[in-house]
Amino acid sequence: MAGENTQEYWRWTESHWKNPDIRWEDAKIVTVGIDVGSVSSQAVVMTDGHLYAYSNMRTGSDSPESARNALNFGLEETNMPESRIDYCIGTGYGRVNVPMADRSITEIACHARGAHFIYGPEVRTVLDVGGQDCKAIRCDEKGKVVNFLMNDKCAAGTGRGMEVFADLLSVPIIDVGERSFQVKEEPESVSSTCVVYAKTEATGLLRKGWQVNEVLAAYCSAMAHRIFTLIERIGIEKEFAITGGLAKNRGVIERLMKEIGLEPMRTDWDTQIAGAVGAALFGYALVQKGKGRKK
Amino acid sequence: MIANYGYRDGSGDYFITIDTDKCDGCGRCVQACPGDIFQVVDEDPNDPFREEPLVIIVSDKRKKLKYECGPCKPPTNRPPLPCVKACPQDVISHSW
Repeated sequence: MAGENTQEYWRWTESHWKNPDIRWEDAKIVTVGIDVGSVSSQAVVMTDGHLYAYSNMRTGSDSPESARNALNFGLEETNMPESRIDYCIGTGYGRVNVPMADRSITEIACHARGAHFIYGPEVRTVLDVGGQDCKAIRCDEKGKVVNFLMNDKCAAGTGRGMEVFADLLSVPIIDVGERSFQVKEEPESVSSTCVVYAKTEATGLLRKGWQVNEVLAAYCSAMAHRIFTLIERIGIEKEFAITGGLAKNRGVIERLMKEIGLEPMRTDWDTQIAGAVGAALFGYALVQKGKGRKK
Repeated sequence: MIANYGYRDGSGDYFITIDTDKCDGCGRCVQACPGDIFQVVDEDPNDPFREEPLVIIVSDKRKKLKYECGPCKPPTNRPPLPCVKACPQDVISHSW
């Protein structure tokens, strides 16, 4: 059909990475964490508790296959045979469907542990905005969970909600944050962040003459507020770290931090890998304690 | 650990909070609850290094607490909640 728009604006780049400074051949213990989420899957390979390689992909309709793909993608450039893995832990929504996992651990525990590794031991509050849920976790100096809350009943204020919105407005998801600040003045938040009604909400505003960037700003701030009311419940303590895909969207994060009145911790790591990092670290700890299998 | 199970929707907050440090997994709440929302497990799912029994909310019921707990929460003259009353350690609290 002429002029048909086939671009997938929600699509984010899948990636993998290998630490050039580590040789897996020198490692004593190799552990893997596989986080099969509702929208994305990650595999993290750790050698003696150091981050060696990871991958970040979209979850398919088949959880075992998504776990397998993530692991293969993560190991792609390492030449490491899978048999070298001493212990593998599955986490995330699909954790019971990770065929190569020796055991599974909830994503709450893994995210706290992962954020503690990625951001450092000063982290006390972790917010994970995943594909279809939002978790607020308070942890101690060892990365152990002391208080948590998870909202997975509603897609409003989640990564998937943002994907739907990016698609509706034909704005590549990676540009949403930036463009939401390209407005003359901050518009009022949209009244509902409901993903089902997102189209009604967006087209209604566009019809009123709003610019696309203004609609994005209004949606980002509504989402920030929704997340804020959730984490308020468990209390926010410094330092504050954000994990998950939405941590990459400054449109939501900066508006959220304004509400909280704090600066978020910064990292160069991919924030989506936190859960899998935590899982791999638990694997390492279990092997060390003699509870895991070590060939 | 303070474990908050439940959700927020358009009508309000529906969270049951379990103080896992106080819980010894005695299971009296499991027996007291007419909605079968509690379950005793051998280890804390959110703390892989804690291997003592404790109570959690059954995962299928976490998104339905408003309705599951409804029968114990009449709008007027609410009696003490059976789960809260049954617990000798004061582990359980409800947000609504």
